[in-house]
Amino acid sequence: MSGLKQTPLAERHRQLGAKMVEFAGWYMPVQYKGIIVEHQTVRTIAGLFDLGHMGQLEIRGPDALAFLQYVTPNDVSWLRAGEAQYSMLLYPSGGVVDDILIYYHPAGDRYVVVVNAANTEKDVDWLREQRERRSDLKVEVTDVSSHTGMLAIQGPMAEAILQRLTPSELAAVEYFHAIEAEVASIPAMVARTGYTGEDGFELYCAIESVVALWDRLLEAGTPHGLLPIGLGARDTLRLEACLPLYGNELSPEITPLEAGLSWVVKFDKGDFIGREALLEQKATGVPRKLVGFKMVERGGVPRSHCEVQVEGKTVGFVTSGTTSPTLRENIGLALISREYAGIGRPLDVVIRGRPVRAAQVKTPFYKRTR
Amino acid sequence: MVQVEQGLRYTRTHEWVKVEGDVATVGVTDFAQSELGDITYLELPQPGTQVKRGEPMGVIESVKAASDIYSPVSGEVIEANQAVVDAPEKVNQSPYGEAWLVRIRLSDPTEVEKLMDAAAYEQFLAEEAAAHS
Repeated sequence: MSGLKQTPLAERHRQLGAKMVEFAGWYMPVQYKGIIVEHQTVRTIAGLFDLGHMGQLEIRGPDALAFLQYVTPNDVSWLRAGEAQYSMLLYPSGGVVDDILIYYHPAGDRYVVVVNAANTEKDVDWLREQRERRSDLKVEVTDVSSHTGMLAIQGPMAEAILQRLTPSELAAVEYFHAIEAEVASIPAMVARTGYTGEDGFELYCAIESVVALWDRLLEAGTPHGLLPIGLGARDTLRLEACLPLYGNELSPEITPLEAGLSWVVKFDKGDFIGREALLEQKATGVPRKLVGFKMVERGGVPRSHCEVQVEGKTVGFVTSGTTSPTLRENIGLALISREYAGIGRPLDVVIRGRPVRAAQVKTPFYKRTR
Repeated sequence: MVQVEQGLRYTRTHEWVKVEGDVATVGVTDFAQSELGDITYLELPQPGTQVKRGEPMGVIESVKAASDIYSPVSGEVIEANQAVVDAPEKVNQSPYGEAWLVRIRLSDPTEVEKLMDAAAYEQFLAEEAAAHS
């Protein structure tokens, strides 16, 4: 495990009994007590996540908005200070460089772009390259990942637990909104965002404060049953909620239209990288569709890259699959030729060389009722 | 700390064997279940299947990973534990007890002597841990 990057919380994870693994070049906890119990704790109480591996980039300057409009497909002009937006960086081909979250900082002086750990360097290089190409725009791109700590507290009790530590009124923070607050006297940006399908918050603070913030959150939450949550349950939680994972549902070879994320693409906002290719794909017909399925025959757990067949013919592949801790069924997402897509229609997932029957189902697999 | 039971024989692929007469009861070790995490699926050979030492005879899957189960010995499967196929989480709870996987009638009882005893398996686990830290 040498040569891996560590967050300031690595020692805490070991003390908490985490099983540590390599993930995107980082030494991270995959589970503490077990994926299923951690998953259920987030669904019913709350969980605490170290997201120190994720990247944060600051975009500043008089033309920051114009630059973001050019490099992302969603309409950044909709954002007011303290609001967040899900978006992407696209190649001219319409394929995906990365999927990202853009915050217009509550201070109103910059945008903060949160990117995937595995893509941080690639994204910075990509954005700097675009900045060179658009020398007409006055904009700075700064990688602030190494001095930013990021945690998430997710689950139905997240607000109540976090509220015990801050004088700011969290009930007033709407979904995909962010405020500047003090949490346990630590200055932080507190955003009602997440990657679990539950209500909850993501917190950004100075890296020097992240261990203290983690400790205070764990102390405040433990009496309620809050647990630390590893990357294993993070993946099952997001998959049940059908939130895409870069490298699985999104890649340079998959467009947002194919991934069912056409809502991210605002063709009428003006020019942006990838627009032409996506317009053409839309006009000629999107060839593939991301579908949800459940295994209806015994034969194993579907995993990413498993081939998908219909009547013996290859029609696509599984992008993500698991045993759903909530449904207790084997579920997955698959990217298949559009003509075979349809709720209720059969698919065969090839597991260890054997086609195993699945049925397409409505997504998401899990939606919270509150 | 993972449990290693005295009196059993072990493989480098983390199966255990308990021999009574010419019948071997086979399961996976506490280390195996702990590495895999929450186990959700098992595929075992049916009674009557001929298995060979060191070859895959089944599959074990957890939420996060899939792994082959290798037969520690050669012979004929005479029983598969259907209760654990129906409730694979038993492997996490009781890997050396309730969650035995198959019983095999040995075709060559001397094969058992080639397997590690508890002390050798403990040593093997310690070496593996050192190699990966």
